[in-house]
Amino acid sequence: MNFLGYKRPDGRVGVRNKIFILPASLCASDTTRIIASQIEGAMTFNNQLGCSQVPSDQQLTMDVMAGMAANPNVYGTIVVSLGCENCQMDLVVKAIKERTNKPIEQFIIQENGGTIATIERGVRAGKKMAQDASMVLREEFPISELIIGTNCGGSDPTSGLASNPLIGELSDRLVENGATSILSETTEFIGAEHILASRAKTPEIKEKIYNIVHRYEKALQLVGEEVREGNPSPGNKAGGLTTLEEKSLGCIHKAGHTEVTAVYDYGKQISEKGLVIMDTPGNDGSSVAGMVAGGAQIVVFSTGRGNPIGNPIAPVIKITANKITYANMVDNMDIDASPLIYGTKTMEELSDVLLKEVILVANGKLTKSECLGYTETAIARLCNFV
Amino acid sequence: MINALIIDEKDDVAVAIEPIEIGTEISYVAKDGKVKTLMALDNITIYHKIATRNVAKGNPIIKYGEHIGIALTDIKAGMHVHVHNVQSHRENLEEELI
Repeated sequence: MNFLGYKRPDGRVGVRNKIFILPASLCASDTTRIIASQIEGAMTFNNQLGCSQVPSDQQLTMDVMAGMAANPNVYGTIVVSLGCENCQMDLVVKAIKERTNKPIEQFIIQENGGTIATIERGVRAGKKMAQDASMVLREEFPISELIIGTNCGGSDPTSGLASNPLIGELSDRLVENGATSILSETTEFIGAEHILASRAKTPEIKEKIYNIVHRYEKALQLVGEEVREGNPSPGNKAGGLTTLEEKSLGCIHKAGHTEVTAVYDYGKQISEKGLVIMDTPGNDGSSVAGMVAGGAQIVVFSTGRGNPIGNPIAPVIKITANKITYANMVDNMDIDASPLIYGTKTMEELSDVLLKEVILVANGKLTKSECLGYTETAIARLCNFV
Repeated sequence: MINALIIDEKDDVAVAIEPIEIGTEISYVAKDGKVKTLMALDNITIYHKIATRNVAKGNPIIKYGEHIGIALTDIKAGMHVHVHNVQSHRENLEEELI
């Protein structure tokens, strides 16, 4: 089973050919927005972080920035920093170069005569990069080159009943073909962590699964909060999810049935094949960003209530098994999984449909969120600003 | 008409796959393949849970074959099962396994 992708100089294969205009901090984010608006195929995001963070918190931001730049869907990156932020230009560039040897340019606003002069230089560099990128042609690669991130957001009981099990089937079939599938959203393992742990490939991986769950719960307790406050969300509850445990037991169906071959910290580069776990928040924008930073070229995303978010780097495929939501938000939903609930299609039939859709999207078909230009991005945090 | 689903044979709850009115019949296919019916004691919103058997106050509620919380009141078969009668309960799943 093959797809048409873009070979990068670091050996990885992308499914998109983006120019990434990366803001190193909040103070560069409007500048990158203006630069990206001038260049065909350029993407950016509103980086609310990059400054006034304690080192362990800043590391999460650095990992996401470097990982997004290194994601093989990116041809090359233009980093824009203000100059005085904690995420200093040399640190950001070094972090990117540790992950990839792809084209990179850098502009510091305070050293380039302010934002207008930086925009001019950034646009000129981006224009050249876009033209170079346009010369890279798609070639055929086996689907073992794919890393697929899985996520659920705006969940309701249909997620655990049908759309997450469907993603689980996809995960099994990808793993069978030598690809990588990522299970994320650690808060939504709570109450189901024993099931994941029982599927760990080694005792060390089993221990790490328990560790990331306990670490997450304790991190919130340190500021006097409990993970159950706000999870399930009001929308989850209105949809019929009662407790976090119920939500979690539905969530982990995305992991299918194969063994867990590795557990990664947030935003770290993924190298293992098979089913892996990444420690991410249940918050969708930051969970998706963490997996994309890890190298996911495509994200498969289930929803019950109807979630529209995309990502600047990776296409996001939306699946719902709630027939009312599918009808109501057809502009935002890519796959209708409700036939699984009503028995009009089998799991085998629908997993064929989903696998074909993943390959079509890998080949260049735009998802609904891409068509709409949606790029919502958040980055996980440990604590408040300093 | 089948208007509910059960996920695991151990489950205490079914999921409504159509809106169900109080006093009407709930019908689902049990894991042995037989159609089971009971009377709805509440109005049930589509995709919400219905108790398929009585659960006494303080006992765990089972869905997906696993505990999803503790019954806050005595729950009768046919009742809506949700935040008004079930509470989350953190279990030490690591110790249980070892």
